[in-house]
Amino acid sequence: MTAPSTPTAAARTLFDKVWDAHVVQSLGDGWDLLHIDRHLLHDLSGTAGLRDLAERNLSVRNPELAFATPDHAVSSAPGRTGETFAGGARLYHGLKLLTRRAGIRLFDLGQPGQGIVHVMGPELGIVQPGMTLICGDSHTCTNGALGAIAFGVGSSELTHALASQTLVLRRPHTLRVRFDGRTREGVGAKDLALALIARLGASAGTGFAVEYAGEAVSAMEVEQRMTLCNLSIELGARIGMVAPDDKTVAYLLGRPHAPHGAAFAAAAAHWRTLAGDTGAVYAREERIDAAAVEPTLTWGTSPEHAMAVNARIPDPADAANAAQQQAWQAALDYMGLAPNARLEGTRVDRVFIGSCANSRLSDLREAAALIRGRRVAQHVRAWIVPGSENVKRAAQDERLDDVFRAAGFEWREPGCSMCVAANGEQAAPGERVVSTSNRNFVGRQGPGARTHLASPASAVAAALAGAITDPRSF
Amino acid sequence: MQPFTVLNGAAAALPIDNVDTDVIIRIERLTSLARDDLGPWAFEALRYRPDGGEDPAFVLNQPPWREAPILVAGRNFGCGSSREGAVWALLARGIRCVIAESFGDIFHANCFQNGVLPIRLAPEHIAHAQAACTAGAQWTVDLRSQRITLGDGGTLRFDIDPLRREALLEGLDDIGRTLRLGDAIAAWQARDRTNRPWIWPDTATAPTPI
Repeated sequence: MTAPSTPTAAARTLFDKVWDAHVVQSLGDGWDLLHIDRHLLHDLSGTAGLRDLAERNLSVRNPELAFATPDHAVSSAPGRTGETFAGGARLYHGLKLLTRRAGIRLFDLGQPGQGIVHVMGPELGIVQPGMTLICGDSHTCTNGALGAIAFGVGSSELTHALASQTLVLRRPHTLRVRFDGRTREGVGAKDLALALIARLGASAGTGFAVEYAGEAVSAMEVEQRMTLCNLSIELGARIGMVAPDDKTVAYLLGRPHAPHGAAFAAAAAHWRTLAGDTGAVYAREERIDAAAVEPTLTWGTSPEHAMAVNARIPDPADAANAAQQQAWQAALDYMGLAPNARLEGTRVDRVFIGSCANSRLSDLREAAALIRGRRVAQHVRAWIVPGSENVKRAAQDERLDDVFRAAGFEWREPGCSMCVAANGEQAAPGERVVSTSNRNFVGRQGPGARTHLASPASAVAAALAGAITDPRSF
Repeated sequence: MQPFTVLNGAAAALPIDNVDTDVIIRIERLTSLARDDLGPWAFEALRYRPDGGEDPAFVLNQPPWREAPILVAGRNFGCGSSREGAVWALLARGIRCVIAESFGDIFHANCFQNGVLPIRLAPEHIAHAQAACTAGAQWTVDLRSQRITLGDGGTLRFDIDPLRREALLEGLDDIGRTLRLGDAIAAWQARDRTNRPWIWPDTATAPTPI
């Protein structure tokens, strides 16, 4: 078995190897027609894409390479159906109908496999190292944790990929981010990602594919790497990746849509060739001292507005330029915070543990372990939304749901819920939410809602204390 | 797709960095409205006050710029969500050209699929362009000559990928052109079935109902 390769002797990055292997045809000027190995479809963009395709009198070229599940516009309320959130019912039924017509496998509500697309893909082994994968969702970069080139697309590119199983793309530059050293106790992948974005800014990754490396990344389990890759788009990068290693291979073994038997051995041998070559050149390199990163939360309205939990809120007077000063002031006004104050101790109204950033079994285990018999503060409404039906069932098998319920958390059904807030699940104007999701934009969790992005540990600490709290001191 | 050749009209300055696609169009509007009806909801969080009334401080609510087809933004315009509805909302609002220091990658790609021209300029040129967004000033953006004539009479040249420029001038999206390459795609797939059989569900994996 020979791995696909291009005739080049130069040392190549992980990204280079995967990209080169998928070029169907070079289109000149740095543009390539790239083959897409997997396509994930959800109720919001997938339904629209399948409709668009039908209106253009086109058909799905490779339905066997596409997998669908409803997640964005469905309710997460216990006992929900596809119609519980009335505004999403048309999309839900559309996805079911159009995937059936096209011959695309759908994981429906209540079935193992259903869940947030980027939880579903890896968990079922649909995404594998060395693949190219797209979805009409910017957090598709999450799947790069397995060593795939995975990225979000808009509606037109989605339709293009359904019709042709390819995309017309300009090759991005490569950025390697090394996290040196080991993270401290109580600091996780979410903290590293937020600290990175705070350091480099929310547009540093624009035009780049990011490869994450270094001791802290090697030490991470695959699910934590997904959290890290998930926030690549908040750094501006459409693609984030981690080179496959023994943990990746072990993660995929036995997953229902991963290869089995001899095919697995052949695939794994290929996967082990994908890591960047010694001496491979990256257009940009950054290093972060992982051991110096503290539990990190956002204070403002961009993911770059992130700070250590025990630091003081920035003062617009200290901004680097007028635009930043204005942005910081607007963010403080929207968030109802004062410069130079402590973030710790800020009273919160709601806590949301979920989203494609942090809703996997390891996240829920971490959250449950911190509770230790305590209860959610009286004034806080706290939700746990598992990332998938499989995560939900596995957590229930471990009785994690009992731990959460006993502490006063609401245990809900899998979906995007309050992260995308396209499903009726929003915070009220002015409500302050500590959220394990990935976007703290103005109005993201509802008009006027104030979002603090955080790790599952910081979110649990906030729920129990009723205020933003250092999870290590709690 | 409507071709883009020359655009004349007012230019509105929106000197804010990191304007994300949630701010350009809220997701709820996309689940409930047709794309041509999105115009009134573009920049909803910036345009309207909590009581529902227009915020007179927002540039697109001010008479000289209500119909402006050109927007001069800051850094990282269109970051965040992949929703192409952000481009549809701009189009429905009459905006055909956005000039910025940088763009979110997905938004940037989406513009070209809808006949919207995103122009990247260096920070010093952005500052000049924002200052030239004066009331009553008429601009011209000419894609053929890759030149912007600002309201103050100054001109700025801009770069654009030749492939993208050609498609915009002709009003072509990518699909038709790619489907002409069907044989090359079939050949690639045939090779890949041999090289990586495990990738192909019907040959190497046995998905079991779980």
